Amino acid sequence: MPGNDLQRAAVDEVAVAPIPKGTDPGEARRGRAADRIFAGLAYGSGLLILAVLAAVAVFLLLRAWPAVGGPPDAVDAVVSSFTGGRFASLWGYVPPLLFGSVLVAALALALAFFVSLGIAVFISQYAPRRLVGALNTIIDLLAAIPSVVYGLWGGLVLVPAIYPFWNWIAGHFGWIPLFAGPAANPSRTVATVALVLAVMILPIITSMTRDIFLQTPKLLEEAALGLGATQWETIRLAVLPFGRSGIVSASMLGLGRALGETMAVLMILSPGLKYSFHLLQASQSQTIAANIAAQYPEANGLGVSVLIATGLVLFAITFAVNYAARRLTGKAAS
Amino acid sequence: MHNQIPMRATAAVCAAALLASLAACGDNTASGASTAQAAGAAALGGEYAGAGASSQQSAVEAWIEGFRGVAPNATVAYNPSGSGAGVSAFLTGSTVWAGSDKALSDDEVAQSKSVCASGTAFDVPVYISPIAVAFNLEGVSDAGRHVNMDAATIADVFAGRITRWNDERIASQNPDLDLPDLAITVVHRSDKSGTTLNFVSYLKDAAPDMWDYELSENWPNEVGQGAKGTSGVVSTIRQANGTIGYADFSQVAGLGTVAVKVGDAYTPISAEAGSKVIADSQIDASVEGDNRIVVTINHTTKAAGAYPIVLVSYDIVCPAYKDPQDARFAKAWLGYVTSAEGQQAAQAAAGVAPLPETLTGRITASIDQIKVD
Repeated sequence: MPGNDLQRAAVDEVAVAPIPKGTDPGEARRGRAADRIFAGLAYGSGLLILAVLAAVAVFLLLRAWPAVGGPPDAVDAVVSSFTGGRFASLWGYVPPLLFGSVLVAALALALAFFVSLGIAVFISQYAPRRLVGALNTIIDLLAAIPSVVYGLWGGLVLVPAIYPFWNWIAGHFGWIPLFAGPAANPSRTVATVALVLAVMILPIITSMTRDIFLQTPKLLEEAALGLGATQWETIRLAVLPFGRSGIVSASMLGLGRALGETMAVLMILSPGLKYSFHLLQASQSQTIAANIAAQYPEANGLGVSVLIATGLVLFAITFAVNYAARRLTGKAAS
Repeated sequence: MHNQIPMRATAAVCAAALLASLAACGDNTASGASTAQAAGAAALGGEYAGAGASSQQSAVEAWIEGFRGVAPNATVAYNPSGSGAGVSAFLTGSTVWAGSDKALSDDEVAQSKSVCASGTAFDVPVYISPIAVAFNLEGVSDAGRHVNMDAATIADVFAGRITRWNDERIASQNPDLDLPDLAITVVHRSDKSGTTLNFVSYLKDAAPDMWDYELSENWPNEVGQGAKGTSGVVSTIRQANGTIGYADFSQVAGLGTVAVKVGDAYTPISAEAGSKVIADSQIDASVEGDNRIVVTINHTTKAAGAYPIVLVSYDIVCPAYKDPQDARFAKAWLGYVTSAEGQQAAQAAAGVAPLPETLTGRITASIDQIKVD
């Protein structure tokens, strides 16, 4: 079954690539048949993705049901055992996890967004041709590094190395609640995790926005330059507005990866269950994905249901964030 | 012609078995009990699987190696899937034995009726693992020195009430140490763990006024930092100056360890000191089910030289199996594991403490209850 689906997906991918239509009138009939087959395959792949999504949603709902509709006492006992007695109900347990997931992902996106945009503008507008090739290779390479490697690097190298920097920040900017000290040592904190996740989502956002900037109609750019705009003004007036919806799409892909990232968070973050913006202190927040990975190995039947219920919440939130972003860009474009 | 081949094969097998049992006798001249079992086990063949506590893995590997000397034709496999998963697998009948960091619950004993041919499953201690309170403090741990603490001080540190190394409550117990004015970073497990449960049980028994959290396998507060697994805790302790945490004794090489106050003296951690507290502990007679040996660790022991923070690891087996081969294996396996030889192998491989002699009589009696025809 999965093999078949994979094969079919592969065929579909080939099929959706644009294929030049035959211009010879003798081939018209054959062309029409091919047309119909390709249209069918394209429809098929479109429906397939819906089916996969529905299958995941149904799985999550079915397996999470015992945690929501099951005997409340047993569920409360499971939650209490997961949290060492700090929370005793599902409704107390899920919101801090959700808060942690969103906080870490939003910070990572905030850190990565402007750097990515900068790299993309540099590659598409400023960089000499020879440098472009090298930069593109490096970005693709960064995207290919598995997250467990980022996790190991973050946990073993970055965590001890970055403590003096966070300590300096806490010392000088501690009056901003975000950076309130004392900075944790070792710095297994939300700030360090956000930094590592930012590096992880950087290549995704960069490569997508770069491709979109390269698509900016030459005519637009030349018109701007012809009207006496400087290069910065050209980028601001022609390139960025043209790429706006693409930039949002790229950011959403990056945000999605940051929301779901498990290994890197698990290996770096010291987890906690608070609603806290103290980025430099340990044991403040935990993400849903890392929490599932941490608790799953020793969870019993109902415990697994509770974890899947948290997964369902993450699924719904990712969906909602994406939908909201689409609506926003839709409004901005019209 | 055709009849001779099986005959010859049988003769060869017999000869091999005879040789193996002779060899086993040669190895085991020191302990009489294990020699007798070994002679019976030598003919044991086939494949046997166990699953359970990941903390037992290195000890079990040493036992599998040593068990080849007892039953050379038996193939033994162990899946370190975690105590909970191991007991679940045992209760479905897919493994012969389970390794666990805690004794069976009454529910689990009742469930085992459907798996065992008769009677209910029972647990037997297989080793004692001392839990170190380990720290990283420049000038103390790198000089190879202990910090002295009583139970109330340890509880105060891990509850976040003592936050600096030069706090009066620590300094007064360590007059000859020059403790720095440095923040204490507590490091604990972030995942579910038998080590956590045993550590907080100690705090709750020995310092009930200082530790009022519920007993759980998950860490109960948000003091300090959490890390996944023993390796995560140890590497976090190593990463910064001023950290303190708890981990299996065998994993804390190079870190400083706390000497714990027992009676009027401070006992540094060692395998022998871990055995002593169990020698001074009682077997819980209130548990449901026959043949069970569940140790109630005497955390408030006053015995000289005893180290009270330990974890007792158990093997769980049936008194009778549906497959007679499984019964023979279980008996031979537990006999070897709890023998002096098996205990030495585990101590050498995993740094665990051997079972005290006060328990071995009871353990042998329970193992003898496994029915083999």
